[in-house]
Amino acid sequence: MFKSMFKGGVNAPHFKRTQDCETVRMKVPEKVVIPMLQHIGAPCEPSVQKGDEVKVGQILGNTEKFVSAPVHSSVSGTVTDVSPRLYAGGVYITSVEIKTDGKQEVDKSIEPPKYSTSEEFIGAIRKSGLVGLGGAGFPAHIKLSPPQGKKIDTLIINAAECEPFITSDYREIIENSWNVLNGINIVMEALKINNVIIGIEDNKPQAIKEMTNVASKSDKVNVVKLKSRYPQGAEKMLIYATTGRKVPSGKLPSDVGVIVMNVNSISFISEYIKTGMPLIKKRVTVDGTAVNNPSNLEVLIGTSLSDVFEFNGGFKVPPVKVLMGGPMMGIAQFSLETSVLKHTNALLAFEEKEAVLPKSSACIRCGRCVKACPMNLLPLYLNTNALKENIEELKKYHVNDCIECGSCSYACPAKIHLVQSIRLGKTQVRQATSKGGK
Amino acid sequence: MENRLVVSSSPHIRGKANTQRIMLDVIIALLPATVAGIYFFGLKAILVVFVTVLACLASEYLTRRVLKKESTISDLSAVVTGLLLALNLPPTIPLWMAAVGGVFAIVIVKQLFGGLGQNFMNPALVARVFLLNAFVTQMTTFVSPGPDVISSATPLFQMKEFVKGNEANLAGYWDLFVGNISGCIGETSAIAILIGAAYLLFRRVIGWEIPIVYIGSVALVTWILGGQTLLSGDWIYHILSGGLMLGAFFMATDYTTSPVTFKGRIIMGIGCGVLTAVIRLYTGYPEGVSYAILLMNICVPLIDRYTVPKSFGGEKAVA
Repeated sequence: MFKSMFKGGVNAPHFKRTQDCETVRMKVPEKVVIPMLQHIGAPCEPSVQKGDEVKVGQILGNTEKFVSAPVHSSVSGTVTDVSPRLYAGGVYITSVEIKTDGKQEVDKSIEPPKYSTSEEFIGAIRKSGLVGLGGAGFPAHIKLSPPQGKKIDTLIINAAECEPFITSDYREIIENSWNVLNGINIVMEALKINNVIIGIEDNKPQAIKEMTNVASKSDKVNVVKLKSRYPQGAEKMLIYATTGRKVPSGKLPSDVGVIVMNVNSISFISEYIKTGMPLIKKRVTVDGTAVNNPSNLEVLIGTSLSDVFEFNGGFKVPPVKVLMGGPMMGIAQFSLETSVLKHTNALLAFEEKEAVLPKSSACIRCGRCVKACPMNLLPLYLNTNALKENIEELKKYHVNDCIECGSCSYACPAKIHLVQSIRLGKTQVRQATSKGGK
Repeated sequence: MENRLVVSSSPHIRGKANTQRIMLDVIIALLPATVAGIYFFGLKAILVVFVTVLACLASEYLTRRVLKKESTISDLSAVVTGLLLALNLPPTIPLWMAAVGGVFAIVIVKQLFGGLGQNFMNPALVARVFLLNAFVTQMTTFVSPGPDVISSATPLFQMKEFVKGNEANLAGYWDLFVGNISGCIGETSAIAILIGAAYLLFRRVIGWEIPIVYIGSVALVTWILGGQTLLSGDWIYHILSGGLMLGAFFMATDYTTSPVTFKGRIIMGIGCGVLTAVIRLYTGYPEGVSYAILLMNICVPLIDRYTVPKSFGGEKAVA
């Protein structure tokens, strides 16, 4: 049942000033640093060494582990280093540094994948290295494999793009809507799904118009207008808003018969099936108060943040805070030397004013965090219990159901860093569980 | 290090709501009732308001200083407490008593328990009850509105006599509605309180749950049990008189001392309503709003604990 809306959330500002910025392809940088971990799950083992010549699309690393996705070279050139490098999350991850030759020669092995069964299709998707391009980076082949005995009846295309600033999904619809539909048809056919819903927030009327127009060619594909409210694009909220189904705590969308894919992911599948070229580039929204020239760039994976900002026209003022992702859930960067990843959808640079942390004051128990929480949690109690390391209470207040969307912190009039404490609380519970063995 | 970047946990933007603005909204919402009080009871009312607010602000500043904690007077919560206390006092109260009330509210009830957000009972209400017990005569002497100071029993006292079958001088609905009756400074004019309440609801500072359920419960119980026979109670008279309107919209909704869950707020409303009606109908007191809210205040941690909602797609919590 269509609801168009979930419970809770906040009216975050939109700041979609790059929505009319047509995607510009960025030039090949002099070097790229490609991390072996660009997804949720196990990191890949590098399969190249220093001195190796690599071509575009060649595999750089893979692993036998199920929850993972292979990593490919986005350039042609020479491997100059394989070592741990600073990663977007602030940790060091084994990465392959490649000095580019600028020729962008394509690897010989690249050819359109052949498949006849859904298993073969899913195998091909794994080979493509596709991960959820909405920002979470969950390996796509896992999403597409329904658990035993579960029937998937609905494919939901996530084009809500509720994060402020980002227009990467929006531009995909405006520029490549036929690709989106084509990707949908491929997945529908391969997985025998007969119902597709494309969810778009109502602050993007152009995208709704374009997609509705294209989708009218298929009677199985419906575009639905969703209320613009953060976090409409969060998987569980989107499923509820479009189908009325609730994903049970700790379960996946496939448990309620649904697959959710980002609009860029589905479009990529269309390209991949046509050409066989794995995931090596990404559209990135470059914006924020510190940048000169807000834009959308097509960036090769592994390009350093500083190269992206430089190509984009540099900074107005030296940035004080740089985010990978949107302002609600993005990750603040330690350095501009980190690389653009498969699931990077935005790079935002802010000046002093936006970067300064608000000062927290006492909780007045106003309940705004409770109202804002789309997961129906009580953030104020999660906060106090995390600060007291009260594991039992954290579990009682369902700490692990938190999706870290940031709505509570956003709504808090006392500017308490609720999500930060809740993350801490999750870690405490995880550590206690692994120690206690329960 | 090249350039130093600020690294912090998401979210990186925050909404506009802040504590000071919320308190300012409550002050704005209390202005109609304050003006009505001054209109009906004159200059004396202004002085009481002035003294309690000043006493609260001074106590807040000094206690924080003595406790070597950051000053919090700029959050305006002390002004709210002072104003609420004044509106809950009879206009004839000696000013020094009003000042004592203000100091008690801030120092004993609020700051000694940790300050804003930590007190387990509403400071203004505890101060009122403290004054009521310490200075019974001064706290229960009410005057009719107007320039001549004529002492007069409150409408609820009259109602009590009426139900007993004694001679009583019941106020008319219209006088109750506009506030042309005897009572505390800010509680008499239902219309003035409702204007302020509408503003708070519009600004989403308070939710409808507690006040509507509270007033509804009082109406229901007083209708059933409040008359000489069953189902003959004058519930309109009951909801328009005494401190109910002020209490329901401005005291029972106090963030710190009310539940944060939806279910909890409904329970709070019912609890306050039933207790208020029971005190009004079956005890020696004509009015029960203060005690009802305070009794429910104490239950708030328990209510919150037993009303932890099911998470989205999750199981119900076991308390």
